[in-house]
Amino acid sequence: MSVQHDSVQTYTPRDFHRQAHEALENPQIRANFRKAMDGLMTKRRDVFDDWDLETLRELGASIRLRALAKLPDLLERLEANCEANGIRVHWAEDGEEACRLIGEICRSHDATSVIKGKSMVSEEMHLNTHLEEAGIEALESDLGEYLVQLNEQTPSHIIMPAIHLNTDEISRILHDKTGTEQTRDVDTLTAAARAQLRERFMAADVGVSGVNFAVAETGTLCLVENEGNGRMTTTVPPVHIAVTGIEKVVEHLRDVPPLYALLTRSATGQHVTTYFNMISGPRKPEEHDGPEEVHLVLVDNGRSRIYQDDELLDTLRCIRCGACMNHCPVYTRVGGHTYGTTYPGPIGSILMPHLMGLEETRDLPTASSLCGACGEVCPVKIPIPDLLVRLRRESVGEGRGNVPGAGVKRSTREVAAWKGFQWLATHPRAWRGGTALAGKLKALMPARLGPWTEYRTAPRPAGESLHALVKRHRAKRATEEERS
Amino acid sequence: MTPVKLYPPRPDKVYFFGTCLIDLFYPEAGLDGIRLLEREGIEVVFPEDQTCCGQPAYTSGYHDEAQAVAAAQLDLFPEPWPIIVPSGSCGGMMRTHYPPLFAGTDREVQAREVAGRVFELTEFLVHVCHLRLEDRGRLERVAMHTSCSARREMGLAETGPALLARLGAVELVEQARAAECCGFGGTFAVRHPEVSAAMVEDKTRAIEAAGADCFVTSDCGCLMNIAGRFEHRQKAIRGEHIASYLWRRTS
Repeated sequence: MSVQHDSVQTYTPRDFHRQAHEALENPQIRANFRKAMDGLMTKRRDVFDDWDLETLRELGASIRLRALAKLPDLLERLEANCEANGIRVHWAEDGEEACRLIGEICRSHDATSVIKGKSMVSEEMHLNTHLEEAGIEALESDLGEYLVQLNEQTPSHIIMPAIHLNTDEISRILHDKTGTEQTRDVDTLTAAARAQLRERFMAADVGVSGVNFAVAETGTLCLVENEGNGRMTTTVPPVHIAVTGIEKVVEHLRDVPPLYALLTRSATGQHVTTYFNMISGPRKPEEHDGPEEVHLVLVDNGRSRIYQDDELLDTLRCIRCGACMNHCPVYTRVGGHTYGTTYPGPIGSILMPHLMGLEETRDLPTASSLCGACGEVCPVKIPIPDLLVRLRRESVGEGRGNVPGAGVKRSTREVAAWKGFQWLATHPRAWRGGTALAGKLKALMPARLGPWTEYRTAPRPAGESLHALVKRHRAKRATEEERS
Repeated sequence: MTPVKLYPPRPDKVYFFGTCLIDLFYPEAGLDGIRLLEREGIEVVFPEDQTCCGQPAYTSGYHDEAQAVAAAQLDLFPEPWPIIVPSGSCGGMMRTHYPPLFAGTDREVQAREVAGRVFELTEFLVHVCHLRLEDRGRLERVAMHTSCSARREMGLAETGPALLARLGAVELVEQARAAECCGFGGTFAVRHPEVSAAMVEDKTRAIEAAGADCFVTSDCGCLMNIAGRFEHRQKAIRGEHIASYLWRRTS
C-alpha cells in the first residue's frame, strides 16, 4: 500500500500497477521525465559519436568480469592495501549491520551530525533513517539528494535523484523548507542551496560517501561527481566513512580510466566530470587538510548470493550509470518512484528481486517489453533482457529456485495454459485444425479482449490460415505450369 | 549485438517459416513474402508442420515448453537451405535464443546450425537477393516501424527502410523516436496494459505527426498493436506488413 503521511508519499514495488497508473495520469511527471530522458539520450549519443563504442564496451565488460571472477581475492587485497594506507575496513553482511557499524563509528566520535555525499548503497540500507533514530542528523549534500530529502522523498533516478522535479517545483521546495526566494533562475536556486550546504559541511562531525571504483592493487577509493560535494564530504569533516557494495572493486588502477570514460559518457553525456576524487587514506602528518580517520564499509546485502549463480552474476557488473533507465520506454513513462525500489528502471528490475525477494517485486521482471534498449546502451554489456527473462522463470517456479521468493507467481492455470500451448504447437495437424477453425469462427470472436481492447481494436483471425493460402497458391502454380 | 553476418550467394531454394501470428491473423503477408521470393526465381519450401517458434512461452519463463515447441520446428529444416522468417521477433528468437535454449542438450549442434541459417525477410531481400523493385503505386508518404527485435536483436535497423527507398513513388517520412518500442512486447501488453497503452499512444502520435499516409512494419505484433490503436482512435492511417506493401506496389 502506498501510504500518505501528511504530504509524504511512500512507494512500494507491490503497488507498481497503481503507482504506474498515477504516474501515467500525471502530466507533470510525464513531461518532466520525457524531457529529461530525451536530453540524456541525445547527450550520450553525441558524446560517443566518434568513438568505437563497441570496442570500449567490450573492454568495460571484460574489466568488470575479470574483477568479478577474482572477487574474493580482490576483496582481500583491497582490505590489505586499504589498511596499509590507513583506511579502516569493515565488513557488513547486510544493510542493518552496515548501519550499525556506521552508527558505532559516529558514536565513538560523539557525532551528532553527518554530511552525506551521494550514495545509493546508503539509500539501499536506509542509513538516514537509522542515523536519525540514533539521534544523529544526516544531511544530503548532493543537490538532487538535498532537494529530495527536503521534500521528504526518495530518489527517482540513481544519477539524478530529483529528475522528477522541474524548476518551479524546486523553487517551491527551497522556498517552503529553507525560505529561499522563489525564482525560475536555476543559477540563483543552485547558489542558494550551495550557500546553505556550505555551512553544514563546516559543522558536520562525519562525512559519509559512496564509492564508484575501489582499486584492489592500490587500496584507492574513486569517487566520481560534479558538484564538489563529494570532495567536501570526504575532506572537511574529521571522519570520512565510505560505504559501498562488495562488487565495486576493480583489480588495477589501469582498469579505472576505461570504466570512468564509459561511466560519465553513459550517465550524463560528459567527457569528464567536474571532480574525480581518489581517496588513498587519512590526512598525513605533513598535510594541511583531509580527515583524520577514513573508514571503508563493504556491504554484501544479498550480493554474494547473486554471485553464486553464473548467469545472475552479470547483474553485479553494473557501474551505476543509469543509462538503462534513461533509455527505457517504461521508465520514461512511469518515472522512478513507480518502481518503489532504491534502484528503479531496468537495472532495478534485475537487482531488486535479489534484495527484496520476488514476492515484493513480482511485477518488476514483467515491467519490460524486452525491447532491448537497456542492453544496447549498457556500458558493461549486462544482458538485461535475458536476466529479466531469467527472473520471470524464477517467478513462475521454472528456474533454478535460488532467488528469494522463487515460484511466487506459479499458478496451476498458467502452467496448464502453457502445457496446452506446447501440446498444440507440437501437434501440427491439431494446430492446422485450430487455425482453420479460428478462421471459420471469427464472427464469434469477442470484440472485447480484456485490457487489449480498451486501447486498441481486437485482432481478427483471417478467413484462411497461411497454411491454407500456401496450399491454394501451390495448386494454382501447378496448374499454371501444366498449362504452359 | 549481432556479430557481423556474412551473406551467402542467392540460393535456388529456401525454407519459409511463416510465424504463428501471420498464420492466424495476417496470412496474406506471409503469402506476399513467398511471392516476392518466388519472383526472384527462388523456390520456396513451406514445411507444412510448422507452428510457432516458441517465443511466447520463452519470454514468459516457461523454457521447457518453449524448448519442446522449438525442437519440433528444428526438425522441419533438414536441407541446408536458408530459412526465411518474415518477422524480426520470431527470427531473433530462432537466431539468438535457440542456441542457448538447447545448450547442453543433444540438440545443441542442430540448434546452432539452424540458427545460423535464419534470415529475416527484409534482410534476405536486401543482402542476399539484392532486390530491385519497380514501383507501380501512387505517391505516398510512408512511416516505417522497425521492430525492436529486428533492430536490436538481429541488428537490422536499415533493411526495411532500404527496401522502401527502392520504391520510386514512396516518400519515407522521419518520425520522432523511431527506435522506441511501440509497447507490444508480447505478454507485456496484457500484463502492463496501461504502460503499453501509453507507449503505443506515443507511437501512433509520432507516426501521425510525421505526416504519414500509412505505416509499414516487418513484425505482425507491432502491426497488430499500432494499427489496432489507430483503428481504435478511428484514424485513417492504416498499417501493413512490409512484404504485402512491397508486393502490392510492384505486382
